[in-house]
Amino acid sequence: MINTSITEVKKRLAKKEISATELTKACLEQIQKTDNTLGAFINVYPEQAIKKAQELDAKGYNPEQALWGIPVSVKDALATKNMRTTAGSKILETFTPPYSAFVIEELEKAGAIILGKNNMDEFAMGSTCENSAYKSGSNPWNTDCVAGGSSGGSAISVASCQCFASLGTDTGGSIRQPASLCGIVGLKPTYGRVSRYGLLAYASSLDQIGPFTRTIEDTALMLSVISGHDERDSTSSPRAKEDFTKYFENPKKDLQGITIGLPKEFFENKAMDSEVAKLCQQTIDKAKKIGATIKEVSMPNLAYSIASYYIIASAEASSNLARYDGIRYGHRTNQPTDLDELYRMSRTEGFGEEVQRRILLGTYVLSAGYYDAYYKKAAQVRRLIRQDYENALKECDVLLAPVSPIVAWKKGSVTDPLQMYQMDIFTLSLNLSGLPGLSIPVGMAHNMPVGMQIFGSAFEEAKLFQVGHSLVEHLGTNNQYKL
Amino acid sequence: MSISAQELNHLCKLAKLSPDEKTLEKISSQFTDIINYIDTLSEAKTEGIEPLYSPVFHESAVREDKAVRKQTPDQILKNAPETDGTYFIVPRIVEGK
Repeated sequence: MINTSITEVKKRLAKKEISATELTKACLEQIQKTDNTLGAFINVYPEQAIKKAQELDAKGYNPEQALWGIPVSVKDALATKNMRTTAGSKILETFTPPYSAFVIEELEKAGAIILGKNNMDEFAMGSTCENSAYKSGSNPWNTDCVAGGSSGGSAISVASCQCFASLGTDTGGSIRQPASLCGIVGLKPTYGRVSRYGLLAYASSLDQIGPFTRTIEDTALMLSVISGHDERDSTSSPRAKEDFTKYFENPKKDLQGITIGLPKEFFENKAMDSEVAKLCQQTIDKAKKIGATIKEVSMPNLAYSIASYYIIASAEASSNLARYDGIRYGHRTNQPTDLDELYRMSRTEGFGEEVQRRILLGTYVLSAGYYDAYYKKAAQVRRLIRQDYENALKECDVLLAPVSPIVAWKKGSVTDPLQMYQMDIFTLSLNLSGLPGLSIPVGMAHNMPVGMQIFGSAFEEAKLFQVGHSLVEHLGTNNQYKL
Repeated sequence: MSISAQELNHLCKLAKLSPDEKTLEKISSQFTDIINYIDTLSEAKTEGIEPLYSPVFHESAVREDKAVRKQTPDQILKNAPETDGTYFIVPRIVEGK
């Protein structure tokens, strides 16, 4: 019963063929069986989960609650009132927030059962889930390989049927890339679609919370639950919640009338593996075969996206992470001689190397004399990149592009930070633009999953679901998992 | 362009970080690569382009500035490394009695 979709298992819950408690126990058993190897969780809360399931069962199935009895997990960057929230960092090892994130409140209102907190690269800085202060996450399709990151634990837990869905965060590809490397569906919603209240900030102008699931319909369901206006986040869109699942009552079979743009700069990249490129081409051919009009478009400023991204993300991180000072919460060094030493040693002992590197880089690009050359310049380039997206989307309904130039690589094989940053070449620019992107599984290369991403205009996630659903149905890649 | 040890130490001071010598050396050499890479931005033609600092798609809304009590002092102090039950305790900052 654990290797199906939310949509399918909901029918069984509604008919009382299974109880929420049975389903929760089945997922917890899968976690117990697999997580020593996979490392998808930093903390699991079996007792809380079973108690919640029993309470739901006692009240009986409620069709008003979209996720009634569904076991889910959430990235450890999301504040949970009764669960530790570490952001993958030692600095927050014992931190239990006094409040829950907006998305956690929404999951709970919808009747979801939260099993635990997913492993991640420390403060979402990383592309592999190897940079967690607790453990390294492993790809369920080959445990010698990385799961992707930073929301690696979320992707692992959904791909290996430890739960039905997970929430992650995407600052530069941290949902779409692990979804792709683990063979499942991942969505970065439009900036502002989902409230960031209670998300432990990395780069506030880039961060966005989104779901991981095994089917497109489930992603649509999850977005319906977690979106909506929240006055506690000034960047939260005033739009009301939408029901994205309605489309799936009678989904279109083909892509007639849809124009798909292919940004040539994505496909001309020299780092692309030839097998991955071949699968991308097959996906494009499939789209054409089922009625889509394919059009080549150009995004000339894409070449600057890595530089622009790392300046902006590091700058915002250096500011956001200033709050971890050892005073009010988080790690404090032992016996500091004065306040300055308390700050310095608490932070140095608590933060990992990559986090310190990015804080220093951010401090550098924001410092007097460099601000205009780096930060302001990067923000100008950011506008050009957004214009590239908007221009391409004027002529097309959606854009289609690869997610990662290669399939999941061997753990430990990429150690140079700059080389690692370049792995994110296809995902970073979308966050700079603020537009939505959906990563879908399109097949296997080198015995590992490959994904492609669909980009759309602001708040047009529904179109991404439509195109994504038609594609995965015809490619036969809907509801992939690795038990 | 590379970054001098002095400059890196200054950044550490600003960022309140004290990495050990070995880490600092490593970061220093990686910094040079990273800065050389991000310097490619200087080639981008950005004259007259308004910087985009936030990608938000709506106008900022205002709301009444009203105090709301959401947490009790106990809840807030629960995670403090050192507290006397009412205040956060820090090393002495001001000399005197």
